[in-house]
Amino acid sequence: MSCLQTIADYGLRSIGIGERLLPKTDFSLCQQFTLIGSGLIWNVYFGVFALLCGFVFANALALAKASRHAVARKPAEWFIFVFRGSPLFIQFFLAYEALVLLPREGIDLFGIVFEVSWLSRAWAGALIVLFLNTAAYSAEIFYGALRSIPKGDLEAADAYGISGWSRFMRIQWPTMMRLAWPAYTNEAIFLFHATTLVFFSGFPAFGQRGDALYYASYFVDKTFNPFTPYPIVAFYFILLTLALIWIFGAINRRLNRHLPSNERSKIKLRPQIIR
Amino acid sequence: MFSSCVDPSSLQGLNWLSCYLTTGKHIDFYWSFLTVLTLLVVTAPTALAFGFGGAMLARSPHLPLRILGKGYTAMVRGIPDIVFFLFFVIALDQSIEWLVHQVRCPDWTDPIRNGLEFRVCPQAKVPQNSSPQVWHSIYGFVLAVITFALVFGAFAANVLYGAMQAVPRAQLETAEAYGMNHGQVFRRVLVPQMWVYALPGLSNLWMILIKATPLLFLLGVQDIVYWARELGGAKTAVYAFPHPDWRLYYFLALLVFYLAMTKFSEVVLTRVQNRLSHGQATAAGEAQRKAAT
Repeated sequence: MSCLQTIADYGLRSIGIGERLLPKTDFSLCQQFTLIGSGLIWNVYFGVFALLCGFVFANALALAKASRHAVARKPAEWFIFVFRGSPLFIQFFLAYEALVLLPREGIDLFGIVFEVSWLSRAWAGALIVLFLNTAAYSAEIFYGALRSIPKGDLEAADAYGISGWSRFMRIQWPTMMRLAWPAYTNEAIFLFHATTLVFFSGFPAFGQRGDALYYASYFVDKTFNPFTPYPIVAFYFILLTLALIWIFGAINRRLNRHLPSNERSKIKLRPQIIR
Repeated sequence: MFSSCVDPSSLQGLNWLSCYLTTGKHIDFYWSFLTVLTLLVVTAPTALAFGFGGAMLARSPHLPLRILGKGYTAMVRGIPDIVFFLFFVIALDQSIEWLVHQVRCPDWTDPIRNGLEFRVCPQAKVPQNSSPQVWHSIYGFVLAVITFALVFGAFAANVLYGAMQAVPRAQLETAEAYGMNHGQVFRRVLVPQMWVYALPGLSNLWMILIKATPLLFLLGVQDIVYWARELGGAKTAVYAFPHPDWRLYYFLALLVFYLAMTKFSEVVLTRVQNRLSHGQATAAGEAQRKAAT
């Protein structure tokens, strides 16, 4: 079987398109590259959507945590503490067990029945956990940045009579983003790494539709040879990380474009692995 | 455990619960918390030693050693750590067995990697097939510790390397001016001063290490996650203590355990940080000096 044929059969296997049965014997390098690459679709899906939704929620959380009113501050502090203080692995398990307990026939609300069984599937359930998790981590980053906005900037805003919402939108928020961006880049990278945990925690992979690591460990289980599939995953993730650094670097350059070149904050990859 | 627990079916309410929570399997569950703590206690110094070695290599004046050190620290960036966890355990296991195989069975002719199998001679199995179950558990645990130490060592190396670079150059130059040689400068000036710079990174790493311990479950060790799944699953009437699916409550207990661990560590590490900053030429040390006067 030629490699192109393999790609046609298995390229979209992880989302259920193409050959139904996974290869059973004689695993060629091409098959491993194709299947693991097709699993990467899930990693990108989880990462991108969790990041996009998490970004908005994290901003709200950071503002709530910096709020003077305890009604807004306390819940935000607790939320951030719970999600940053416990392992993501346990969060996945817990979320899955909780979502499975939802009534199978749906929730009856004012006569309208809401279907809820899809929540326990990985594409929704794991995405919710990743979304809440990255929101908590990013909120802490944004909160730190919000607190380190130079005092002079705010005084200048006062002097110009800018206050309230327009002060936030025009002075605080852009500076907060600029200060937080290098750390947020790392958060994004490690969120993508964390997506590999999804199918290793509570969430089952229906019809063997899994992520990159799921297929890699499938090959390892079959061949007892970890020296090919895992390096392939590593290769894909290095590419993914490079792409992320490129995208976030471009945004970082835009956020810093008004500054002299020696004052710009540089993105530095710092290790911070599992959550 | 209690004498009243002989016939569980006759028990009610709190009595039932107290008997349920002291069954043999639950005692095993409580012991597995100790497994996790042992892993933390053993891994932290080992990873620190690996990290120290890595940082020293990365600072070495010889190019090959430097490349080795930098390569080690760069290795874990960009790749999800769980890949390392899954990879190292099998890779270590197979390389140990392969080495033992070479020593014990030199005239074994069959290929070791035959198609889909990895087959060494029976004498080369580690641990031996005939050895008691406890040795298999210990072997699995040791492999897990080595894997954790390798991965976290790379992160610690990164932190320590940065801390060594952060020690003010003037301090080292002064030491050199007093006639200390390279090793003396390293031991007497660089290492004592670097900890205050390393501590924020290392405490971050400790938090991450705590949160990485559930991955033991993936490495096949019977840890708290294993027991929580085992005990929490629905038990039918054939069991002494039948109950519906309680895994949610077991995982909630684990969540509380981890939150307590991280909170406790946070408090302790803040204190250590304050203690270490005392008398140092850093912003925190300066703030302490000002507060005292």
